[in-house]
This record gives sequence, C-alpha cells and structure tokens, in this order.
Amino acid sequence: MPMRSSILLAGVENLTDTWTVAGRTFTSRLIVGTGKYKDFEQNAAAVEASGAEIVTVAVRRVNISDPNQPMLMDFIDPKKITYLPNTAGCFTAEEAIRTLRLAREAGGWDLVKLEVLGEAKTLYPDMRETLRATETLVKEGFLPMVYCVDDPIAAKQLEEAGAVAIMPLGAPIGSGLGIQNLVTIRLIVEGANVPVLVDAGVGTASDAAVAMELGCDGVLMNTAIAEAKNPVTMARAMKLAVESGRLAYLSGRMAKRRYADPSSPLAGLI
Amino acid sequence: MSLDGTAGVIINGEHRRVPAKTSLAQLIAEVGLDPLRVAVERNLEIVPRSTFDQVMVEDGDAYEIVHFVGGG
Repeated sequence: MPMRSSILLAGVENLTDTWTVAGRTFTSRLIVGTGKYKDFEQNAAAVEASGAEIVTVAVRRVNISDPNQPMLMDFIDPKKITYLPNTAGCFTAEEAIRTLRLAREAGGWDLVKLEVLGEAKTLYPDMRETLRATETLVKEGFLPMVYCVDDPIAAKQLEEAGAVAIMPLGAPIGSGLGIQNLVTIRLIVEGANVPVLVDAGVGTASDAAVAMELGCDGVLMNTAIAEAKNPVTMARAMKLAVESGRLAYLSGRMAKRRYADPSSPLAGLI
Repeated sequence: MSLDGTAGVIINGEHRRVPAKTSLAQLIAEVGLDPLRVAVERNLEIVPRSTFDQVMVEDGDAYEIVHFVGGG
C-alpha cells in the first residue's frame, strides 16, 4: 500500500489528519517561506521536499529596468501551491493594508498573512497596529492569518477581531532560537477557536516537533530551512518533525514523573 | 501634457515619458510586464486589472507596479 505523506490516525485506516483554515483544508501542517534561498531552483526543491501546500510570499515593486528577470511564479506554481501573501517589512497598519490590497489585486487571494512589525532590531510585532489592521482587513473581506506575540490575551483579541488563524512567534524572526515560552504557546492553543501556528523562531527539526507536541495546528518557517547548509534535506527534516510532533500530540504523551519507573516487571526476579 | 505631446509619469519611483493617449495596458506592455502577474496602484489607488485597457495614462501620474517575490 503506498504511504501517503499525511498521518494516518491510529486505528483509523485511510482517515487522514487534516486542518482547516477559513474553510480551506490542507494536509501539510508545514508552511514555508520563499525568502533567503540561493536561487529559485533551490527554493522550489526545498518546497517540494517540505511537502508544504502553502508558501508565504512578499509583495514588492517590479524591477522595471530589467523586467525579464526570473520570477517566483515560474518556479513555484500558484495553481499547485497556495500563495500566502505576507506583509513582512510593514511597520504600520496602513502599509500592511495597502500591501494586501495590492496582493489581492495581483492574485485574487483573500487568505493573507498579516504582520505589522514594531521595530527592526527584534522584528517584534506591534500589537496595537496589528489589531487595527486586522479589524480593517476583516471589514474589507480579507481572511487574515495574523503574526503576533505569544500572549494569550492578544491572541484572543485578534480572534475576536476576525483573525482566521493565530500565529504567535516562538522566538524572534530569523533567530533560530526555538520556542522560548512553551507555556504561553500552550495557553494560546487552549484558548483559541481558530488554528494556531507557530510562526518564527524555529531553528531545527526538534523545535518544529515541540510546536506540534504543544498542540499547534501547524508551523511556519523560512530561515531554518533557507539558511541550513543543505536546505533541501532540512526541508525534509522539518516535514518529518512536524508529522512526528503531530502524531506524538495525537497519541497523548505519557505523564512525567520525578523518579524512575522500571520498564521490566519487578516480580519474578531471580 | 508637455510640448512634445508626451506624458511624464513616475513608475516605481522612476521617471518615464510615454506617448499621449497611452492606456495603462499599453504602458505595462511597454515596460515589458505580463499584466496577469502584476498589480497596479495609480496615484495611491488600486487599478482593477479588468480596467487596464480603459485607464488612460495622464501627465504626472505616479504608478506602483508590484508582483510577488520570495519572502518569509
């Protein structure tokens, strides 16, 4: 029997584990970025190896001096992979909204990723601007997946404002530090009625597994794959880690104890 | 409109001169872009792709023409 890349739920043959955001259902729980790669070929190979069905993309000016430069769409087909336009680089609600209006016009996408940054040094989100932008975008019919601080109250406020997914940082963007606050990520997961995806901070496969073991619906990453020595094999490692973490979460981990508990029976010792 | 009958416009921050009565669709083609892959803002207002043929370029217009690039 051919093995699907998705997880088969234990004991339930052929029932795949999917997740749904704003009415759209996906099998892969890994969303990958398309920045920082050596070239488009490597980027496309990494996306393929990651199994991702969604990629984040940025909206930028066309280089009108050299309009024949290769374009992302020539390498990653938006008919096969869902493009998630992102507002990375925007520092105000207005900039982010303007960017997403253009994105919608360029590709017709209403499922978007909102990120409004507070400062260049930490790239921490400005939550006041983020919330304001979320409200406007929702009024305009967008379905924003929102990058945010790992704060359960802020997450709730975003959800109430109409965010279709909550995407707390695990650590600063591009830092590769791994998830710094397991407690707050878990609190957000427990409180949310929309998907929660860790966005930013993952450095290696175990970080992605941790996010999934906490019960997150998915993980979004860019630098951890793009800046690996071998991005394509790291993409595969991330795919396996996300699936592995998800399966561990569904399986229900054992309780932790302070002391040892022998695996072999004590009775019948010679 | 200038004396030579051309219109001066700014595209992505660069000055360009185009013949009078140029449509936005012609402008995009002139620059060498595929209209299906870009979005256009004219004087800070989005121009729906379906109207590229009808929108006439005016002297002093400022355009932003964007597309998708790799990003996180």
